[in-house]
Amino acid sequence: MALFALRRLLLSIPLLIGITFVSFVVISLAPGGPLDFLTPEDPNASPEVKERLIKEFGLDRPIHVQYWQWLKRAVRLDFGRSFLPDGRPVLTKIGERLPVTLFLNVIELAIIVGLAVPIGVLSATRQYSLYDKITTVFVFVGFATPDFWLALLLMILFGVQLGWLPISGLRSLNWEYLTFWQQQWDFFAHLVLPIVVATFGGLAGFSRYMRQSMLEVVRQDYVQTARAKGLSERVVISKHALRNALLPVITILALALPGLIGGSVIIESIFAIPGMGQLMVQSVFSRDYPVVMGNLVIVASLTLVANLVADITYGLVDPRIRFGGRRGRR
Amino acid sequence: MPSRRALRALLAWTAGVGLAAACNGPIESRPDEVVATGPPAYGDTFIQASIGDIGGLIPSLTSDQSSHEVGGLIYDGLVKQDKDLNLVPAMAESWTYSPNCLELTFKLRRDVKWHDDYPFTADDVVFTYETMINPKTPAPFKEGFLLVKEAKALDKYTVRIRYDKPYARAVETWGTTMLPKHLLQSFADAGTLRESPQNSLPVGTGPYRFQEWKPGEKVVLVANPDYYEGRPYLSRIVYRVIPSQATIFLELKANGVDYVNTLTGIQYARQTEYPAFRKAYRKFRYPGDNYTFLGFNLKDPRFADKRVRQAFAHAIDKQELIDGVRLGLAHEANGPMRPGTWAYTEDVKHYEYSPEKAKALLAEAGWKDRDGDGVVEDRDGKPFTLTIRTNQGNDERKKIAEIVQQRLKEIGIQADIQLIEWAAFIKEFIKPRRFELVVLGLGTGSDPDQYVVWHSSQRGPDQMNRTGYANDEVDHLLEAGRASCVQKDRVRAYHRIQEILAEDLPMIFLFNRDSLPVVTSRIRGVSPSPSGILYNFNEWYVPKTQQRYTSG
Repeated sequence: MALFALRRLLLSIPLLIGITFVSFVVISLAPGGPLDFLTPEDPNASPEVKERLIKEFGLDRPIHVQYWQWLKRAVRLDFGRSFLPDGRPVLTKIGERLPVTLFLNVIELAIIVGLAVPIGVLSATRQYSLYDKITTVFVFVGFATPDFWLALLLMILFGVQLGWLPISGLRSLNWEYLTFWQQQWDFFAHLVLPIVVATFGGLAGFSRYMRQSMLEVVRQDYVQTARAKGLSERVVISKHALRNALLPVITILALALPGLIGGSVIIESIFAIPGMGQLMVQSVFSRDYPVVMGNLVIVASLTLVANLVADITYGLVDPRIRFGGRRGRR
Repeated sequence: MPSRRALRALLAWTAGVGLAAACNGPIESRPDEVVATGPPAYGDTFIQASIGDIGGLIPSLTSDQSSHEVGGLIYDGLVKQDKDLNLVPAMAESWTYSPNCLELTFKLRRDVKWHDDYPFTADDVVFTYETMINPKTPAPFKEGFLLVKEAKALDKYTVRIRYDKPYARAVETWGTTMLPKHLLQSFADAGTLRESPQNSLPVGTGPYRFQEWKPGEKVVLVANPDYYEGRPYLSRIVYRVIPSQATIFLELKANGVDYVNTLTGIQYARQTEYPAFRKAYRKFRYPGDNYTFLGFNLKDPRFADKRVRQAFAHAIDKQELIDGVRLGLAHEANGPMRPGTWAYTEDVKHYEYSPEKAKALLAEAGWKDRDGDGVVEDRDGKPFTLTIRTNQGNDERKKIAEIVQQRLKEIGIQADIQLIEWAAFIKEFIKPRRFELVVLGLGTGSDPDQYVVWHSSQRGPDQMNRTGYANDEVDHLLEAGRASCVQKDRVRAYHRIQEILAEDLPMIFLFNRDSLPVVTSRIRGVSPSPSGILYNFNEWYVPKTQQRYTSG
């Protein structure tokens, strides 16, 4: 197993380099460059400033040279400084955004899993019952509802009309003047709406997976056997069926890992949460190459790691994979 | 729309919060109730919503509006603009010109201190000049400084600036934010200003001191008790970044923000017209510092003929555009100058909406509907078809393009519309001048010198004369206008330029958009003027009984 993991880890290095190279080229090919945004359409902008910055950023060199320079620094985890006038290190910029996004997404994912598993299991065991039908409708409504629309409706209701919850941001502006418990409450209140909106949309997919997986498992012979042994239905479902039904869910969970740091642009923009999604979009729009690349490296590495983790845990929980198809699996 | 933003930023050094730029004209202030007065009091927090985060904390290095708004509170220049857009002393006590306009001498105030208690002196002024012209300084706007021949500190509080040629905008140049020599010298020399501590913990001389910047979230400033014009009343300014227009509007409805200047026309005209809102906020309206235009590519042989351009002007109903696109919240433009300023004249050729006149002019130029298909053709039977292009994501410009398309159809011209992402639009179409008709906007500037927009020497791909306009008389007048420090002479030149432009029509000036700020009604001391409302920001206050936030 360790050997398998090691080999996969080594293989992912050239893959990572490939990903960064392609991304580097693609972002450089996108029309416009950082200079178009730093010294925009303006009668009084000086052209020599542009040339000066192009030199400073190394944008005058051929693209493969630029990439090589970037790569040399990136292996030492030096992603450079942002092209924007703040000129701050890329890692600082990412570092101050990451905790919020991670925190929100972990909570969201926990709630989604916590709700989706029982919803899925119950709809599977009571297939075509009224409960199944209601939840099916409910989750599909959630699936089909645009985030921003739901967010705005909830903001109008709870923020403007009822005044129960804050509309946007993470903290009240008088946060410094609150007591410790008031601060906690304030923070919690700010989180309610974004988390509700994010989980509502995510619930659908996950609970459908769970339901499907459970439906397959309960038809298996060993579940039949367990029932025949005279075990109670509760034990059959929770012990024999559920464990097996959770297997595919592990894969999906592991693949959700990179998404944890990606952040949702829509939710972050609407609720004015300074997270990773906004950072990424802003840096793409302003062609802030160092930040874009830094971000990509993190997301790409996490995706590769997540794939690896998914494979390994799969092997751990499913003996068939461990002994049988290791070579055959990707 | 980086273009408009940047232009605004350029002017933003003016007064107070920096977006004061605006002009003479009707001002509308409609408090729903008589505003109760209380004695001015210190305290409270002022919360401003902004769509974009600041780019950095050294304003001279940035070109975005937010940075200049925040920077305008932390830093000061030698001069500023008053409510009538005249230049008045700020950190300079007074200034004098030599009779030949080549020497400008500033006397500085002696009571100005940096936020770290260092005295502000002539050395800082010279240092700012040297930093701005240093090729290592990535300042986007350094043109005014490059024309300076020499800046010299005559004594601790006197600076003499020499020019090779008279430069009309000389005084205005020195309204730029002054930089602290004692903190920045080494960084400026090394060309690493962006990485200096000043860019994250700025020290200025302005009315507010920097407290914190949480990127993507907020910037917090606190009143400077030692400000040379007296401590501002509002104790704390929070500049909240809310990237969604819809969310800003909801925060406004829930009284979560105190000042917004980015309301859309429909929000301003319709969605805020209910009693509770009118009680909570005061709405203001004045013509903005920009104009929206329909630009011709004069390289296109069809538009080389003045009669065709004039025909287009007659085909377009400007009032219809203002009503349809801005819900009436704009003023008809007839030239590139800011209405109400000394350089502006109303006395130019106007083109009323008249499809008949348009058709007649087209016919005169040889465009007639020869095959009866509703589209005019030239003598060789080639139909008049074109594409109107504008940047994606600007709903107003898209609607303008659509209305213009309809109006052109009436006079037998078939137009398509193409919307292109900003960067690609500039790179692929505007710079190589590969367009026929574009909808764009430009800032009017705080000085009428528009050399870079209209002079024939400015037609290169990276220059601003995008329509490719060339007129000897205009060239001459532009040179004369920027080479005089006597306003009387300049007025003549600029009035004539407007007359010629209205006749030549290198672009059709459509309208000046109105600025539409709303301010919470607990703020007192707001006194609307031609330049807007922010010029006296430091005098705004909240009476003790109405203060809402603890602010230390």
